[in-house]
Amino acid sequence: MDTFVQQLINGLTIGAIYALIALGYTMVYGILRLINFAHGDIYMVGAFVGYFLAFQLGFTGPSLMGLVVVLIGSMVIAALVGMAIERFAYRPIRKYARMTTLITAIGVSLLIENLFVARLGAAPRAFPQLLQEQSYTLFGNAAISKSQILIFAVSVFLMLLLQWIIFKTRVGTAMRAVSFNLNSAKLMGINTDVIISVTFALGSALAAAGGVLTAQYNPQIDPLMGIITGLKAFVAAVLGGIGNIPGAVLGGLLIGLAETFVVGYGQNVGVPTTFRDAVAFAILILVLLFRPTGLLGSSVQEKV
Amino acid sequence: MPILVKRLIAALAIVLLLIIVNQYMSEAGLFGFGVPPYYGRIIMLAGINVILAVSLNLITGFTGQFSIGHAGFMAVGAYSSAYLTVYYAQAWERSLGGLVGGTVAHALIFLLAILVGAVVAALAGLVVGIPSLRLRGDYLAIVTLGFAEIIRIVILNIDKVGGATGFTVPGYTNFLWVGIFAVATIVIVYNIVHSDMGRALVSIREDELAAEAMGINTTRYKVLSFVISSAMAGMAGVLFGHYTQFLSTNDFQFIRSFEIIIMIVLGGMGSLTGAILGALVITVMPELLRQLPGDFSQYRLVVYSALLIIIMLTRPQGILGTREFGLSWLKRSQKRTEGTKPVGEKGVSIAESDKE
Amino acid sequence: MKRILLSFFLIACLLSALACERKGGGGTTSNTGPIVVGYYGDLSGRTSNFGQSTKEGALMAADEINKAGGINGRQLQVLAEDDEGRPEKAATVVTKLIDQDKVVALIGEVASGNTLAAAPKAQAAKVPMISPSSTNPAVTQVGDYIFRVCFIDPFQGEVMAKFAANTLKAKKAAIMLDFNSPYSRGLTEFFEASFTKLGGQIVNKQSYTQGDRDYKGQLTAIRSGSPDVIYVPGYYGEVGVIAKQAQQLGIKAPLLGGDGWDATQLWELGGDALNGDFISNHYSIDDPAPAIQKFVAEYQARYSKKPDALAALGYDAMQVLAEGLKKAGTTEGPKLRDAIAQTKGFPGVTGAITLDAQRNAVKPAVVLKLQDRKYIYQETIYPEGMGPQSSAPATAPAPAKSGN
Repeated sequence: MDTFVQQLINGLTIGAIYALIALGYTMVYGILRLINFAHGDIYMVGAFVGYFLAFQLGFTGPSLMGLVVVLIGSMVIAALVGMAIERFAYRPIRKYARMTTLITAIGVSLLIENLFVARLGAAPRAFPQLLQEQSYTLFGNAAISKSQILIFAVSVFLMLLLQWIIFKTRVGTAMRAVSFNLNSAKLMGINTDVIISVTFALGSALAAAGGVLTAQYNPQIDPLMGIITGLKAFVAAVLGGIGNIPGAVLGGLLIGLAETFVVGYGQNVGVPTTFRDAVAFAILILVLLFRPTGLLGSSVQEKV
Repeated sequence: MPILVKRLIAALAIVLLLIIVNQYMSEAGLFGFGVPPYYGRIIMLAGINVILAVSLNLITGFTGQFSIGHAGFMAVGAYSSAYLTVYYAQAWERSLGGLVGGTVAHALIFLLAILVGAVVAALAGLVVGIPSLRLRGDYLAIVTLGFAEIIRIVILNIDKVGGATGFTVPGYTNFLWVGIFAVATIVIVYNIVHSDMGRALVSIREDELAAEAMGINTTRYKVLSFVISSAMAGMAGVLFGHYTQFLSTNDFQFIRSFEIIIMIVLGGMGSLTGAILGALVITVMPELLRQLPGDFSQYRLVVYSALLIIIMLTRPQGILGTREFGLSWLKRSQKRTEGTKPVGEKGVSIAESDKE
Repeated sequence: MKRILLSFFLIACLLSALACERKGGGGTTSNTGPIVVGYYGDLSGRTSNFGQSTKEGALMAADEINKAGGINGRQLQVLAEDDEGRPEKAATVVTKLIDQDKVVALIGEVASGNTLAAAPKAQAAKVPMISPSSTNPAVTQVGDYIFRVCFIDPFQGEVMAKFAANTLKAKKAAIMLDFNSPYSRGLTEFFEASFTKLGGQIVNKQSYTQGDRDYKGQLTAIRSGSPDVIYVPGYYGEVGVIAKQAQQLGIKAPLLGGDGWDATQLWELGGDALNGDFISNHYSIDDPAPAIQKFVAEYQARYSKKPDALAALGYDAMQVLAEGLKKAGTTEGPKLRDAIAQTKGFPGVTGAITLDAQRNAVKPAVVLKLQDRKYIYQETIYPEGMGPQSSAPATAPAPAKSGN
């Protein structure tokens, strides 16, 4: 039983990270119908920005203030990066066909990855330990670590914050309007360009937070860490219903759990642990086959 | 002269030319001249890339189904044929050789291997193509990517084909084979495009709903297009594996699918000759870049990605767009005005479409 | 029709232009001018840190040799090519190096998969190739022009099994391997075989892939089997974190590993969680032997970081090659090959290198304990037929496992 609870905790932890990243995917898709392939790399950028910030500001050991500063700092910078990408790579082609934008997004993603590899090397680096790690036993062998608690706490906080922004502020209302119908929103006097930028900024900030938090849990950061994680987060967004914010959270948690359980128990049913990543893809295919709008998404007819 | 005879003569002429070039490329060379191995390798890989680009163009460029998992089909073809050649070919060749002679047996076995690779890849294409029917652009892309990854992981888990270490495979490919299949692929795709099926595919690309409304069985054509395209990719995989004589799943990662995409994007997604052009450029370019002095190699991949973005921003239709190079004397079945709108669904922009 | 003929004619011209080359001849046999050696590795892809490290070691060795007068008065010139970590490209760049650049020998590659793709080209062209760190047995089986200066998997796997069973008296072992890495899988296979032969039992086998963020799933499963030791034959990037997460899960059993652990970043990632773990290695960076410390100091001065195992192996590979060139007195393929094959007891940084009949390096492995960010020597384990105090074995020894 305690193993089960342990796996549950592990699964929810990585699930929370997927949820943070999935939110960015889902928000951008909601307003632009664009899958921002480069979003997973923003997660990576967030981790690296945090890494450099920590060293620049001298935070190399456990320090609560350091953690807060690094977290907020990387979120802000990542938000700027996200906005820049939107402004220079996506805005000019917003009116083009979908395939073009998808290819561009892939291009941006690869550019970021390879730029980092070229300048920083592909070798993994160790993110400074800003949190004094400690394990708390729940019962039996089941333990939860401080970093896991941190991840839960911060993710929940950020998600609630996002909810508040979207439902209780004017900007949020504008975002919802734009995602409903961009042209009508424009007619209503909403500056859609600004709103789109804000959306990218928010999504990127969340992804960056995910990056810094993960780095506390697993200090190994490398320029290619965003690829697989980003893809799984995308699957999470689709699973929950792309464009649907609670759906992204639900999807993230489910993917995290599914992955952990496959790894933990898969061998008993003949599924090798190396199929861990394949699990996400398999889920994606199943979802798209049987419930393409996702768990919480609503079915919309295609108008001619 | 009746058209069939004309075609036959053309085919024979091409084969003859290929045989001559093949001799040129092999060890002995022709009259003492041979192509240096390094250039020879580039030519061979270019030929294989042509097959890959042209086949991807069929499904992505002409039918508008965005597939970014082409490397998966290539891998399927390569590994399935390799299984045959490594474990069975020698025995079969011996027994067959007794009947028809060594060289013929050798060729027949390879032909069989290519057939097997194509069929298995086609099956894979079927498996991928059917779920894709319901999916539009972005989702389809991700699903094809996912399938390619799953295929790669599955192959990685099969120890009989080398697993993580790699699989050493006998060498059957030479320029003649690559040349014949490259030409065959081009001819097949050309014929498809200029047939009723081709028009149906293009109509699916332009506006699927309208096509469906006009009575075109979009399901059938989409799946068919997928199957044909993946079968060809499988053949390319067989040729590739038996040329490099070493198969490793590291050669079939996403970067390879991405390279094939760049080839057709660069050349122009709606253009057959564009795909060929793109394949040649992308094969040769990294080798040219090697000549540059200094520690440039680190930035090569950065250049690729930047190039892709720049193309998309400035000329998304690629070099040739939907035109073809040098075939202007053929009846133009599609009159197309060249604009900045690339091949896509009705040119419907993402920002303008309603929630769908 | 005309256009088709025209285009074919153009192609024919192009091909004639390409064939300025007459067939025949491998490396240059001129006796003056620089000796051109090729290096190939991953310099821009996912494993570029491996390719770069090895290159740095090799280049440093080449510079040292040149400063000391070169090879019989001729300078070494190293041409490095990037294969992006892809086997197909490895074969392409090796073809280029041999064919266009006329290298007389090759150093590379790190990953066995890439070496296996490229080695046949070197073998066919009779150009000797020395791999600094490919450990898969199949590599040198490609042909007699292919050498390596590192252990092979069978030996290293057995070393740790022996240590676990004989010294640590472990009865139950779990394994956590890097699934995508032939290196890791090779070590696992041989560790398993050895350990069970020595009476031990493998209670659990889990795997991960590079890029995984979370290992707790696998570690939790391992924990439930209560192993005495856990063999983690992977690379430092993941191992550091695995050690940490194992500690968080309260796993007390020591972790065992191989030379893939050896890099400064291991400490950054794993910290104190690594205390009490053991690895098998060629050498120890903390070994006070003057030759090793000199190497470390020079590398640090030149590259502003400490060398890892790959850099040391790259360095040794180049040194062995240089020695072979000196002994052969010529750059001709067959003679150079023979000279290299006779390497006996060469004092490399990574140990005394003797190349056996299968062209694999026979050298003892040291078992080191990790403690407070340092490696503490535990013991030396010798391949069969080799004993302590002899750097040149009496008879040509076979490496420990016959799976050669």
